[in-house]
Amino acid sequence: MADGSEALGKKSNVMLRQLSDVRVDVHYVADLLFKNITRFFAFLVLLLLAGIIVSLFIGSLPAISKFGFSFIINAAWNPVTEEFGGLVPILGTVVTSAIALLIAVPVSFGIALFLTEMCPQWLKRPLGTAIELLAGIPSIIYGMWGLFVFAPLFRDHAEPWINAYLGALPLIGVLFHGPPMGIGMLTAGLILSIMVIPFIASVMRDVFEVVPVLLKESAYGLGATTWEVVRNIVLPYTKVGVVGGIMLGLGRALGETMAVTFVIGNAHELHASLLMPGNSIASTLANEFTEAVGKMYTSALIELGLFLFLITFIVLALAKLLLIRLSRLEGKGS
Amino acid sequence: MVSLPARRRLINFLSQIGSVITVGFGLFWLGWILLTLFRQGIPGLNLNVFTQMTPPPGSQGGLLNAIVGSFFMVMLSTLIGTPIGILAGTYMAEYGQTGWLSPVTRFINDILLSAPSIVIGLFVYESYVVHAGHFSGLAGSFALGLLVIPVVVRTTENMLKLVPNRFREAAAALGTPQWKVITRVTLRASRAGIITGILLAVARISGETAPLLFTSLNNQFWTSNINQPMANLPVTIFEYAMSPYRDWHELAWAGALLITLGVLGLNIVARTFFKQRRHGN
Repeated sequence: MADGSEALGKKSNVMLRQLSDVRVDVHYVADLLFKNITRFFAFLVLLLLAGIIVSLFIGSLPAISKFGFSFIINAAWNPVTEEFGGLVPILGTVVTSAIALLIAVPVSFGIALFLTEMCPQWLKRPLGTAIELLAGIPSIIYGMWGLFVFAPLFRDHAEPWINAYLGALPLIGVLFHGPPMGIGMLTAGLILSIMVIPFIASVMRDVFEVVPVLLKESAYGLGATTWEVVRNIVLPYTKVGVVGGIMLGLGRALGETMAVTFVIGNAHELHASLLMPGNSIASTLANEFTEAVGKMYTSALIELGLFLFLITFIVLALAKLLLIRLSRLEGKGS
Repeated sequence: MVSLPARRRLINFLSQIGSVITVGFGLFWLGWILLTLFRQGIPGLNLNVFTQMTPPPGSQGGLLNAIVGSFFMVMLSTLIGTPIGILAGTYMAEYGQTGWLSPVTRFINDILLSAPSIVIGLFVYESYVVHAGHFSGLAGSFALGLLVIPVVVRTTENMLKLVPNRFREAAAALGTPQWKVITRVTLRASRAGIITGILLAVARISGETAPLLFTSLNNQFWTSNINQPMANLPVTIFEYAMSPYRDWHELAWAGALLITLGVLGLNIVARTFFKQRRHGN
């Protein structure tokens, strides 16, 4: 439009042109502004991540420079002498998450299998909603329920049994010795498993639904049973995504705070038995951070937080990469 | 029906039984937790809870300051996090077809979505509370706001991508500049989905305890000063539940029931709202 009016060269038209140029310019500027504002905020999300890592790193510098690498392998935690090591909470985090996955993975697989292959259509929505509700319950509620309802029952009915039977097993028996207290690493792991089931189950359900119906129907048509279809068609097709879902659950379990804080017992002690109280990184932070006196104490706690963030970051990044790979596969298939 | 060899049939049968059992296992915990909440929470849930302040142990009281504080902080953090989330999500959906920023942000955002919330609290403590010199309701709102952002970014981007390209093309063909296409056409078309995302984000932060521990802390008293420690429901529940006093336990259960009903209610409202609006369009 601007070029056309230029060619005419008349005065009035020049005026008109200038007018329309102004309008075009307004939109040009507005477009540029809008694009860059949105771009700035997208960039802000990245800055947030960098900010978290940098600020935690700066906060933990005193502890890093004092304890160095031995922080990870030192089990001491003594605020009086200011000697700190992260071994107990790091191990506690890993052990409770491992227990959680051990239970949650098969259960989530079963739920996803039911929802995708066996569930009647009318039941799908209510069941899906129920699983989502399980994910929606705030973690502090799990903690309260675990401490007041689950732990006493577990102490009176399950732990004596565990002591007597599992404790008598060779090799792994040592994991199940100890006084029945209700709270401890095993209880924390069990409650964590309930909390991560909905996350893993919903990812598994979603990836199972990615499998082309044609493939499954061909297998059914050849006379395969439901189990055989899942075992030989669905799982091989989606294994990357299934592992991604498990990693996502692991990421959740590692960082879960309140539920664990209620039931893990909060003791900086190293025990072979899962029935004994322990500590996780998140529960240590929740319990001690506001009461920490002295620079070194605070700094050691922040270093633990930095560890937690880095570990979950790696786990979640792996989960994401695996899930992206599955969706690429899906793109190629169709 | 051709009869299968017994072994294959047995394996299939067992796997199906196992699958049904796992579903029962999941529902069992859900039912048990909800039942406990109602059984323990309803006796303590009376008018006092909504009209009186948190009491010292051994005396009458309610949760008024905690409820109001929570409500206020959730609102403020939603106001902080939502615009940032919508704008970032808009960039990724509308301008992000080329360049590195959009895929990288999407990746990082998905990680932040599941990142431990206690670390977010630690971050706000390090970057704000330390410099301000005191715990405050504002710091708590910042922490919760940081949790809102990834949820809103995710839904905004997804919802904008669902808008058919012909909407954009039609608007552009009429000579509409791009910023107007986005604000007047595509964002408007995906309004229902974005509101759903915001509701889900609110549901998520309403029950969050961990990020508030080092930021807003808690307050036994009423405060409308945003620069002071502010009472809030989750941390009050935590403190009361961990205490040895029976009457505090009762209040904690009442608060727990309130929070759960609120969060689950918001979840259900968000989903039905979205379903209705999508079918309506």
